[in-house]
Amino acid sequence: MGLKQKTADLKKRMREAIKGGGSEAIEKQKAIGKKTARERILSILDTKSFHEYDLFVEHAGRDFDMDKKYLPGDGVVTGTGNISGYPVCIYAQDFTVAGGSLGWAHAGKIIKIMDHAMKLKIPIIGINDSGGARIQEGVNALAGYGEIFYRNTQASGVIPQISVILGPCAGGAVYSPALTDFVFVVENVSKMFITGPEVIKTVLGEDISMEELGGARVHAEITGSAHFFAESEEECFDQIKQLISFIPWNNDKKADPFPKKPPKARQFNIDEIIPADPRQPYDVRDVIKSICDDSEFLEIQELFAANLIIGFARISGQTVGFVANQPLVLAGVLDVDSSDKAARFIRYCDAFNIPLVTLVDLPGYLPGIDQEHAGVIRHGAKVLYAYSEATVPKITVIMRKAYGGGYIAMCSHHLRADFVCAWPTAEIAVMGPEGAANIIFRNEIKNSENPEEMRKQKIKEYKVKFANPYVAAAYGYVDAVIEPKETRNFIVHALEVSSLKLEVTPRKKHGIPPF
Amino acid sequence: MADIKDLQQDIKKEQYKSLLIENIKYRTFLTKKYQDKKPYTPKDIKKITAFIPGTITNIYIAPKKKVKAGDKLLVLEAMKMRNDIISPIDGTIKGVFVKEGEKVTKEKILIEFN
Repeated sequence: MGLKQKTADLKKRMREAIKGGGSEAIEKQKAIGKKTARERILSILDTKSFHEYDLFVEHAGRDFDMDKKYLPGDGVVTGTGNISGYPVCIYAQDFTVAGGSLGWAHAGKIIKIMDHAMKLKIPIIGINDSGGARIQEGVNALAGYGEIFYRNTQASGVIPQISVILGPCAGGAVYSPALTDFVFVVENVSKMFITGPEVIKTVLGEDISMEELGGARVHAEITGSAHFFAESEEECFDQIKQLISFIPWNNDKKADPFPKKPPKARQFNIDEIIPADPRQPYDVRDVIKSICDDSEFLEIQELFAANLIIGFARISGQTVGFVANQPLVLAGVLDVDSSDKAARFIRYCDAFNIPLVTLVDLPGYLPGIDQEHAGVIRHGAKVLYAYSEATVPKITVIMRKAYGGGYIAMCSHHLRADFVCAWPTAEIAVMGPEGAANIIFRNEIKNSENPEEMRKQKIKEYKVKFANPYVAAAYGYVDAVIEPKETRNFIVHALEVSSLKLEVTPRKKHGIPPF
Repeated sequence: MADIKDLQQDIKKEQYKSLLIENIKYRTFLTKKYQDKKPYTPKDIKKITAFIPGTITNIYIAPKKKVKAGDKLLVLEAMKMRNDIISPIDGTIKGVFVKEGEKVTKEKILIEFN
C-alpha cells in the first residue's frame, strides 16, 4: 500500500469513528434539542483549535456478546483546544453511542485527558451526557467511575474543573460533577439524580417526573448542585467562555489581567442605591456593579440561596471574587444554604489566588426551628472556617448592618481581613438596637410609668450611641470610615498594596472543616 | 428565567414582605424555599411512624391489643432489609393504619396507642 492508499484508509477509519452512533441516533439526539458531542466541543472551543485524541480506542467489554460490537470511540470524545486563546482539556460523552454509557475504555479516555490536564496544568471541561454505567462491563464500569472521582479530588484546587450537564447524569456518575468546581445545567436538557423516577416509583410508589426530580431548575434553585443555569446549550456555552476569562489556568497563576475600565457610573450610582434606613431593601448587585470594571459582574448560583450573592468581577483589570449579603431577599440573612454557598466560593477564590471583596449588610442568622435542625451551627461555621483559612487579599466593606455573629462571620478583622472599611451608614453592634435596648434596659422599661415610651427612648439612645461605625473604629476593628463613593478607590488601592501578600499558616496535612 | 422576571416585576411594584429578626421588621422578598417550609410538629410518642419508606410485610398486633415496651409490632421492609418495629411503651393499640403488603412513605403514621 502506498502513502495515498494508506491516507485513504486512515480517512475511511476516521469517517467511521466520527459517525458515532450513526445518523438515526444523531437525529434522535437533535430532535430533543441536543447537539452531538463533537458539535458541543466545537461550539465551546475557538474555531479550528480542537485536537481530538483516542478516536480509535475500542471498548473493553468481553461478556454478553459485547466483544462482537463496535462502539466508535467508546462513546466519549476527548482532546485539547482553546477558549479565547486559553488552553483547555475537554471531553464530551456521546449519547448516540450505547447511550453514552461508561465502560472501562470510555473511563480510560476520560482518565487520560484528566491526567493530561494535571500535567499541563490547564483547566478541564467535562460534558456529561450518559445513561450511566455500562452494565455489561460489570465491576469494571464501577472501577472507571472510581478512578475519575479520585482524579477529580486530586485535581481539586490545582486546576479548574468544569462540568457541563447536557443530558442524563444519573447514579454514581453525578459524583464527578459534584466534586468539580462549577456545574453548568440547561433547562429541559440536564437531569441529575442518584435514584431515578422509576426506582422511586417501584420502591416508594411516589410519582415524579425527571424534570421535577433532578432537572436543571431543581439543581440551580433548590439543591445548589448547579452553579450556572441556561435556557439553551448556546447560552450555556457563552457562560462557560465568560467564566474561563475570569479564572486562572491553575493554582500557581493569577487570572490574566484585562484592560482597566471604569464602572458605568450613570447607570449605577453608588450614592443612590442604599436607603439609609437599615430596614429597607435594595439590590446589592447594583452596588457591585457600581464598583467593578465596566459594571460587568458574573454571578454564580444566581437562583440558589438568593439572600447571598457570589460571583466574579474585575477591579482595575484584576479578577476579584465578590461575596455580598443581599438585603433584597430574606433581608440578607445567613442561613444553611447561603453559608454553604459563601464558604465554598471563598475556598475556590483562595485556592486560585483570587482576592475576596466582601460587602456586608445583614441582620444576622435566620431564626427558626427548621434552620437549627438543619444544622445552621455546622453550616454557618463553614463561613468562619473559609474566611479564616483564606490567605488571598481580603477586603471588607461594611455598608449598613453588621450585627452579632453575622459581623464576625462576614470577613471581619478578627478573621484576618486585610482591609476593613465602613460607610457612615454602618451599624456595627452586638445586635440590632431594638433587641439590645430590650435586654440592657429591661428593668428600666418594666419599672417605667410608660414602658412603651421608655422602650422607644432607650432604643433611640442605643441607636445614637452604638448603631454606627465609630465604636468599632475606635477599637481599630474598622480601618477607615469612608464615603460610599470612595469604595472603588479603597479597593483599588488595597489590591495594589497587597499584590505581594504572603501569609504563613501552620503546617498541617489539611484542616477538618465543618463539612 | 421566569421567576427572575417575576422578581424584577415585584421589585418594580415593590411588593415586599416583612421579616422579623430580633424585634426589627425588615422589608424584603421571601424565597420559595422559605415560604414552603413545613411548620414544626413535636414528636408524639403515641404515634408510630415509618422512619424509612418501604413495605409492611407483617403485622403482629390489632386494635385493642395490649402490648409491652419491646414487643414486636410489625415489620417494615425497606432497602432489602426487614426492620422489626418495636413498641417503645407499654400500652393499648388504638388503631392500625396499614395492611400487610402496603407500601408506605416516610413519616406515615402506622400505629397509634391509646
